[in-house]
Amino acid sequence: MAHTITLTVNGTGYTREVEPRLLLVHFLREVLELTGTHIGCDTSQCGACTVTMDGLAIKSCTAFAVQADGATIVTIEGMAKDGKLHPIQEAFHEEHGLQCGYCTPGMIMTLSQVLERNPDPTDEEIRHGIAGNICRCTGYENIVRSARDAARRLREEA
Amino acid sequence: MIPAAFEYHAPATLKEATALMRRFGDDAKVLAGGQSLIPMMKLRLADVPHLIDLRRVSGLAYIKEQDGGLAIGAMTTYHELEASSLVRRYAPFIVEAIDLIADVQVRNKGTIGGSAAHADPAADLPALLVALEARINTTGGARARHIAADRFFVDAYTTAMGPSEVISEITLPALPLRTGTSYRKFANKASHFAVVGAAAVVTLGADGLCERVRLGITGAGPKAARSKRAERYLEGKAPTQENFQTAARKAGHGIEFLEDIHGSAEYRRHLTSVFAARALAEAVQRVAD
Ligand SMILES: Cc1cc2nc3c(=O)[nH]c(=O)nc-3n(C[C@H](O)[C@H](O)[C@H](O)COP(=O)(O)OP(=O)(O)OC[C@H]3O[C@@H](n4cnc5c(N)ncnc54)[C@H](O)[C@@H]3O)c2cc1C
Ligand code: FES
Ligand code: FES
Repeated sequence: MAHTITLTVNGTGYTREVEPRLLLVHFLREVLELTGTHIGCDTSQCGACTVTMDGLAIKSCTAFAVQADGATIVTIEGMAKDGKLHPIQEAFHEEHGLQCGYCTPGMIMTLSQVLERNPDPTDEEIRHGIAGNICRCTGYENIVRSARDAARRLREEA
Repeated sequence: MIPAAFEYHAPATLKEATALMRRFGDDAKVLAGGQSLIPMMKLRLADVPHLIDLRRVSGLAYIKEQDGGLAIGAMTTYHELEASSLVRRYAPFIVEAIDLIADVQVRNKGTIGGSAAHADPAADLPALLVALEARINTTGGARARHIAADRFFVDAYTTAMGPSEVISEITLPALPLRTGTSYRKFANKASHFAVVGAAAVVTLGADGLCERVRLGITGAGPKAARSKRAERYLEGKAPTQENFQTAARKAGHGIEFLEDIHGSAEYRRHLTSVFAARALAEAVQRVAD
């Protein structure tokens, strides 16, 4: 039986009918056509599918769309505002925090929550914070540098 | 991967949830954080024609002081536990153990009730629950039950709960003064699950000897369990490295060691004594802190 869900994604309200088994990541990518959220492993391991739901980073391949009824979701598409990149995106750009870019939306969404909880993290805390996000290209060094730079930008903005 | 089709229920009360459990019997399962159940449904290792989501049931996520210990609602997430000053004050090893579970995303969703109910042999919290002599409170059976943690975990993925029972709360009893806690694990590099984890709760007497020792082991065998032989050995003895080592060597007694790609039975036996000794030593060291 289909369920009607109402939720907010990147500031826009949506009401849609969904089958219970529809995964949140498929809802975002295929129903709302927000393909910035990636599917890497599809087994809850890699974090490529990370979005924030009510402010908390979650793996959208490990949640059903019906569970998001009433929720507020932010995906990578919701980060830039008025044509201006989000400070975390700017930091990844400046510090070369990506190579192929596949893991990047998930990294940025996880960091958006990690840096909110801990605005001035050590490198070790950054690494611990992104432990659920796998990158097959960079070797993480530039990602950590980008995260550090992002934290600085966010602190200066606040 | 797409799970088999199912009916989704999101009852507003625990009573409604258990009524649905009774109605659908083996065809129903409750959904908490979904961090074990959803992957299993996707892999079609779990077939759940009726999924009963507890997320709308209010009053299942809380941490409060009770009788000098804590009462924790089943739907309390790892993150809520980790961020709680009450939990940190009660027993810091809970916060440390949770910090080593999976990753930020899983800790935002996974719940204490889900971890206990799932009874994964490699899960972390069950070791702490048995070492703390926690009680698992359930509802939905013939009567409400308060099940001692070491009787709750029966086998791999098997608990003492009946088919329509739901965990409502987990209570942690008061700890005596001069008690230290420690959790040390050898983690699987990829998932962070415990290959072996040892949870120690040690109370020193006024005479400086180990008065009360509780040691919970997870990962090593099919279920989390107390190492009573190690506990008994150490009680009444001086807190010395030598005594910790001897006690830790007894920690594997009675465990049917698992054997899989992460380690042979022999390796797990070795890890059990190494990590039990470390946890015991650290727990004692913390009594002083
Ligand atoms: C990538 C990854 C890494 C992980 N690493 C670790 C780790 O290092 N250590 C670790 O301990 N765990 C780890 N886990 C497992 C995680 O801790 C799970 O969240 C937890 O085991 C289950 O909790 P949940 O709330 O998500 O339960 P769910 O997945 O919702 O449910 C699990 C089972 O418990 C039942 N259940 C849930 N709540 C109740 C209740 N209140 N009453 C009765 N039955 C209930 C469900 O019906 C289901 O059978 C990992 C998971 C993932 C995806
Ligand atoms: S696609 Fe969700 S964790 Fe990899
Ligand atoms: S940049 Fe390619 S996976 Fe991270």
